[in-house]
Amino acid sequence: MSDSVQHRIELKGITKAFPGVLANDAVSFKVKPGEIHALLGENGAGKSTLVKMIYGIMQPDAGEIIWDDEPVMVANPKAARKMGVGMVFQHFSLFEAMTVLENIALGMDGSYSQASLEEKIREVLHAYDLKLEPHRIVSTLSVGERQRIEIVRALLLEPRLLIMDEPTSVLTPQEVGQLFETLRKLSKTGCSILYISHKLHEIRDLCEAATILRGGKVVGECDPREETPKSMAEMMIGGNLKQISKAKTREFGADRFVADGLTVPGEGDFGVALDDICFKVRAGEIFGIAGVAGNGQNELLLALSGEQPSSNANAILLDGQPIAAMDAVGRRNLGLCAVPEERNGHGAVVDFSLTDNAILTARERMGMASSGILKGGVATAYTSKVIDDFAVKTTGPGSLAGSLSGGNLQKFIMGREILQDPEVLIVSQPTWGVDAGAAAAIHQALVDLAENGSAIVVISQDLDELLAISDRMAVINEGRMSKTLNVGEASIDEIGLLMGGVHGDPFATAEMTEAVHVH
Amino acid sequence: MFIELEKRKEPSKAMLYLTPVLAVVATMVAGAIIFTLIGHDGLGAVRKIFLDPLLDTYKWQDLGVKAAPLILIGVGLAIGFKANVWNIGAEGQYVMGGLAGTGVALATWGMTGWWILPLMCIAGVAGGAAYAGIPAFLKTRFNVNEILSSLMLTYVAIQVLYYLMRGPWKDPDGFNFPQTRLFTDDQILPTVLTNTVVHLGVPLAFVVAIAAWFVMTRSVFGFQIRVVGAAPAAARYGGFNSKKTIWAALLAGGGLAGFAGILEAAGPFGQMVPQFPTGYGFTAIIVAFLGRLHPIGIVLAGIILAVTYVGGELAQSSIGLPGAATGVFQAMMLFFLLATDVLVKYRIKLASPAKAGDVA
Repeated sequence: MSDSVQHRIELKGITKAFPGVLANDAVSFKVKPGEIHALLGENGAGKSTLVKMIYGIMQPDAGEIIWDDEPVMVANPKAARKMGVGMVFQHFSLFEAMTVLENIALGMDGSYSQASLEEKIREVLHAYDLKLEPHRIVSTLSVGERQRIEIVRALLLEPRLLIMDEPTSVLTPQEVGQLFETLRKLSKTGCSILYISHKLHEIRDLCEAATILRGGKVVGECDPREETPKSMAEMMIGGNLKQISKAKTREFGADRFVADGLTVPGEGDFGVALDDICFKVRAGEIFGIAGVAGNGQNELLLALSGEQPSSNANAILLDGQPIAAMDAVGRRNLGLCAVPEERNGHGAVVDFSLTDNAILTARERMGMASSGILKGGVATAYTSKVIDDFAVKTTGPGSLAGSLSGGNLQKFIMGREILQDPEVLIVSQPTWGVDAGAAAAIHQALVDLAENGSAIVVISQDLDELLAISDRMAVINEGRMSKTLNVGEASIDEIGLLMGGVHGDPFATAEMTEAVHVH
Repeated sequence: MFIELEKRKEPSKAMLYLTPVLAVVATMVAGAIIFTLIGHDGLGAVRKIFLDPLLDTYKWQDLGVKAAPLILIGVGLAIGFKANVWNIGAEGQYVMGGLAGTGVALATWGMTGWWILPLMCIAGVAGGAAYAGIPAFLKTRFNVNEILSSLMLTYVAIQVLYYLMRGPWKDPDGFNFPQTRLFTDDQILPTVLTNTVVHLGVPLAFVVAIAAWFVMTRSVFGFQIRVVGAAPAAARYGGFNSKKTIWAALLAGGGLAGFAGILEAAGPFGQMVPQFPTGYGFTAIIVAFLGRLHPIGIVLAGIILAVTYVGGELAQSSIGLPGAATGVFQAMMLFFLLATDVLVKYRIKLASPAKAGDVA
């Protein structure tokens, strides 16, 4: 089909309801051929539901999808692919033990011989200047390379609309740059791109049009190149964005929390081993740990929180006291609290009430248990205090944790740990999947806690977050920790290289290393 | 019309209590139909099994005696099930508890004293717990699935019982019958209501259920059991050791099954016999689920299952229903309970075919 069509895709009044929520409410927008169009919105704004309907995973309750100026019914993903829609999901569906080629072959609708498929893959790799070796086993690849498999898989179908769902959350800054080049090349061939993200800098760099969703409704359209990230964020949340207030001149105390040669063997075939982790956090300091997902962050959190005690007691010191051999309860009694990355089933039990979830970690420090018997009144009072102080939206301490939205549950978990007044707080991904308003509140709470003299470790994949709140930072890559950087002095490029640069492409990394060092 | 299942926003509290009732009603309906189809008086069978034991006050004492071991074992199993520890071998632990207590009885035979009966009970609890300790060890040390190990050990326990009855523990004055001596007066549970068969074990079962309720809802131990079962990663984060929890859950289940065992031996049986394993350990699994793993629910479920036992015997003698009918009704109850369970988290929605066609 030629590109004489006016619009590649047009949505008219798309509505989709789930029990208790209207996920999409009469959503309409248009995407021109070759346009890179952003779909902007906070978590729960209805972005994912919308693209799932375009890709045929679910069907709208009402409304019309118009493809190349003709109304269509997208029955399933296979029909969508036949129409020319490709999609790259946030979570990859790859078999770790198989090669790149085998994984791509599995996802093809038609049947191809191995040789002809490999030839086609190499053509695509060449045309878009992508680095990927078809015969590598997936488990040996970085996340960025894995994403390239999904992109190649989509490109092989010669799509005329490519949907990308939060593609950059797992990439180093250098890898993001490469991805954008690929997408720009693709758009020049006439393929439209629907780009979902909440990273506003990236949208400004890449997209020519944007549709903003809030609460399932379209609340605005804009040309991102003419907006600032702040103005777009305010359209997303529908209000003013609060700035974090952080005293310029901060005094730091003595070393409070020290990791000194922390080594943990990797678990299973795909676990990451921690190798000789060393860093120091002073009283009153926020220490950031950056890194691309899957480089040992989970293992580090488990080792620091005490869920995975170490045989070498001196590997972790709290105010000079060796604690690495203690379990989570022992460390918590000494004042070390932690928040893991995963909320559901790790940081909180979804089938338990909020009060029971408070008992989970606060029972000892907040006196909710004496001689083995729980004190329900104390637990409920503490839970209510957390709910009030952290503005958790819920019906009360008795409601199930699973009934809270992701952001509210995260606020509750953070509040539960912060109100225990810990000497040391370890948090992983404190604002993952949390809307901008809640994220600002969590950041402010961390800054306030540090100002009271606690030592805080923040493990995050969100560089902007770490640069905003931490005083010093380091990067974890393949289970090893980089040297410590002062946040004011570190450049994004330098951090990106410590994160592993452009994975699977040593030449590009070397080139960039030179570029950085010239500065 | 299409029937669609739609996920509820929150699990329905009403359905949580209603589905066990639904399951019992569905069992009655299906039972009546099945037994009519195979040539029995289906309605009569249901009435005999489910209603007559309740209407006949003289049968109430039998209900209590049958319900007691079911409640004890069910409460113990529920503790394990809450922790996601699937102890299927309560029958074996029940037998081992009975044997351990019987061992004390035989060793103290001819002696007198108030201390003998408590000692037998302690031995019973210890015997059941020790036997459940085997799957606990295998699970925590070698990651052996406790479903298989505990189930298989049941058959070992029964063979041990047969061996003891035919060999070392055979009554020397018993005309070579494979059974032990009759227990003496100091080794038999006293009856608590005169002129009935209601022995001390019946009120004890209720006391244990209430104590278990308190422990599960109000103690750190109960919290630990619940959190390990609901979210193992969160339990570790909260500082609970999953191996210790597995041990505790199996020992609690085995101990209570063993307790039920010695109460049966020292109560209704008054000696140890090869017919001792009557399936209480397996029926108690149904009791635990029908009672929603809640100690008070288990008391009610224990009584309902006791009704089917007593009613099954009635139906057998009065209308000639086969003895296996009791088992059929009990199994249907579990089956319907598991089937109706879906209503707790989902609601049924009727969709018209026209609309379904639109979407497809």
